[in-house]
Amino acid sequence: MLIFTPRTIQSNHWVLIGPLISIILTIMIGALIFKMLNYPVTESLYQVFISPFSRVDRIADILVKACPLIIIGIGLIFCFRANIWNIGAEGQFIIGTLCAGSFALLFPENNNHILLLSMFLVGFLGGALWASIPAILKIKLNVNEILVSLMLVYVAMLFIDFIVRGPLRDPMSFGFPLSKPYPDGAIISKINFPGIGYLGQLHYGIISILFLAPFSWFLINRTLPGFQIKVFGSAPKASSFAGFNKNKITLGVLIMSGGMAGLAGVIEVSANMGQLQPEVSFGYGFTAIIVAFLGRLNPYGVIIAGLVIATAKLGADNAQMILGIPKVVTGIFEGILLFFLLAGETIQNYKVSLKRNS
Amino acid sequence: MDNKNSKTLLKASGLTKKFGSFVANDSINIEIKKGEIHALLGENGAGKSTLVKMFYGLLDPDEGNIKFNNKIVNLLNPKFARTMGIGMVFQHFSLFPALSVSENILISLDEKLTKKQLEKSIINTSKKWGLKVSPSKKVAELSVGEQQRVEIVRCLLQKPKLLIMDEPTSVLSPQEIVNLFKVLKNLSKSGCSILYISHKLHEIKEIASKVTILKSAKVVDTMETKNVSTNILAEKMVGKKIIRLKGKKNLKKLSSNLALSVNNLYRFKRNQFGVTLNNINFTIDYGQVLGIAGIAGNGQVELMEALSGETLGKKEEIIFENKSIGNSKIEFRRQLGIEFVPEERNNHATVPDLKLHENTFLTFFGYHIFNKSFFNKMFTNPTLSIQASKQIEKKNDVRCPYDNPLAKQLSGGNLQKFIIGRAFQANPKLVIISQPTWGVDIGAANIIRQKILNLASMGKAIILISQDLDEIFELSDSIGVISNGNLSKIKNKKNMTPTQVGLLMGVS
Repeated sequence: MLIFTPRTIQSNHWVLIGPLISIILTIMIGALIFKMLNYPVTESLYQVFISPFSRVDRIADILVKACPLIIIGIGLIFCFRANIWNIGAEGQFIIGTLCAGSFALLFPENNNHILLLSMFLVGFLGGALWASIPAILKIKLNVNEILVSLMLVYVAMLFIDFIVRGPLRDPMSFGFPLSKPYPDGAIISKINFPGIGYLGQLHYGIISILFLAPFSWFLINRTLPGFQIKVFGSAPKASSFAGFNKNKITLGVLIMSGGMAGLAGVIEVSANMGQLQPEVSFGYGFTAIIVAFLGRLNPYGVIIAGLVIATAKLGADNAQMILGIPKVVTGIFEGILLFFLLAGETIQNYKVSLKRNS
Repeated sequence: MDNKNSKTLLKASGLTKKFGSFVANDSINIEIKKGEIHALLGENGAGKSTLVKMFYGLLDPDEGNIKFNNKIVNLLNPKFARTMGIGMVFQHFSLFPALSVSENILISLDEKLTKKQLEKSIINTSKKWGLKVSPSKKVAELSVGEQQRVEIVRCLLQKPKLLIMDEPTSVLSPQEIVNLFKVLKNLSKSGCSILYISHKLHEIKEIASKVTILKSAKVVDTMETKNVSTNILAEKMVGKKIIRLKGKKNLKKLSSNLALSVNNLYRFKRNQFGVTLNNINFTIDYGQVLGIAGIAGNGQVELMEALSGETLGKKEEIIFENKSIGNSKIEFRRQLGIEFVPEERNNHATVPDLKLHENTFLTFFGYHIFNKSFFNKMFTNPTLSIQASKQIEKKNDVRCPYDNPLAKQLSGGNLQKFIIGRAFQANPKLVIISQPTWGVDIGAANIIRQKILNLASMGKAIILISQDLDEIFELSDSIGVISNGNLSKIKNKKNMTPTQVGLLMGVS
């Protein structure tokens, strides 16, 4: 029988070793799966885990892929720390994108980047607005925010589909459900490194993370609202004893995470698509939930987690192209990795020992 | 060999139980004779609960053995313990409030009976032992004392040879205690042994013939209660001499001494298990300690929340220094100079997963150590709150395992000293304290009580809500009793006796 005894003092080296072991174990299980499916083991592992790092432009693509995951993930930290379960970042991403995109299309000839900056604001507000629906329903009617935020994802998906096929369809799109292309002022350009040129799809939007992560860290750890979120999330009664307003906290964290998801959508579409289409997100909002937890609800941790998950996704793309391994293996790797990381967390908090039953 | 004529029922030898590196029981030896009332005395954390949990099959000993009727037994689980003839009444009852008494008993009964048969045997058992219970009533409608009787009847239906009772009197009124003791004595006369866990010394002298004293996981002594004074018991339990409290100085009565008055305070219960506060009226002067006695669950939590501002009501219900504050929030009341120490230490008064300085910040923010500029309201300032929490630790002898620990890493007593210290650090005019020494070891409890008296001597007003009658009588100048959401008339302590207070607690 396994016996779990809580550790009295947190084991510091496990915080570092834990994730490392998890990754190694994930690779080992991955090898086993490839073996069982009769794929060449070394080659497959190489494609999934190493090839994304094999060229500079591929590394750049990891950053591009990770960008929306990280931005949404950072936003979700606020909710999850307050024990508010926003499962609908996908929908907030879509609505943010839609609002900002429609706004951009109002100024077809604009080539001033003030337009882009105002799109950030509009996208943030759009996502925040979408997220404030579950917040207000929870505050006023005590409706479960998990259900509302999740269901609003599907509303958002259908809504953008309708808009792009209907009111905003480009007459020149030959029947494709696409909007007109964004004006130049709404486009985030690729980074042109002097002497090197472009690196994959690497774009300026990635820089936003350099602001958002420290900003969020500061907000959480050094400000009163951040403190209120922490207290409310771990002991609601203590939060009311301190005199914190739980409605304000609930609304605040949902606005923050919805807004960040919207912002992520604006950056993603302005950098990579340049127009609205029915599918603007590819499950980023859902994957970001895993990213937020893998990153231990810490903005810097979320950056690392976002990169890890993005690597796995790109690696799976490579493996599919070169070896014909189905892309769904990423899903399996994400699952296994999450599993081991959670198991690692248990080892951090508990001492596990084996005991034979008498 | 045992040369007395009474036979041994249960004998434990060398029982050891460890939780990780923490030793909860260290080679315990204890022997319980047939028909004996054997008391187990010890402070919180001495290892009493761990020991009896091993007797009841809830925990597995790491070393040592338990002999029951001279045979070594391996008590796998509570069900097995019950079939052996061991019953237990827990301190916290395990009854479903929404079910009736007989339904509750039916679920836990190992043998299957029809409802009629069961009700009949419940009534028979309760008549035989003088334990009044009505099988068809819902548990939610029962008082705590009645619930305890249900638990006892439930055990007795299994015809136990050993009945374990964990702190049974902590929730009872004096009258109920008298009745309980009668029942226990009758049981022991009929041959049932009783293992009686308590830290109340006079009770042990009164009911038990033998007492085993535990301290820091070890047996200190086993002795006959006849030959020992409560003082000696206390010293053995604590391991040092008990210091008596210094009484408080009484201030000269001034005409404008009134601190707080509560007028017709009414709060409807939050849910079906809550208590409605009905027309509460009292006043308190500066320099006074007002004790509010009562059995747990009679509205103390609701009263505390109303006084602190966690629930709000009409403006005129609470008047502090001529200001009507019945509808003002807790942070505003703190600003006026009122501080609060709620009953629950964890998750209410403190956040277990936050460090002490953050827990200081919890109630101090913006008002006492910080001024109220926008800048200071928006940002936490760790340096200032670390300073403040260091001061609290120093002034109140809060012992930390290391520098600035998480709240959950402090022992109960030290955490309580911290919480009370935090309230006093704010230099309040009025402090409202609920159950300050509940579950706190005697040493810390004495320090806390002395602090309360000292504060009153300095002219502060203190409202003390406590279910510990000794504490109420030791500290208070005047006493009121809360029962089922009603507060009795406040009387001077000199005109009150514990029996009167017990009657006001109002439980049959």
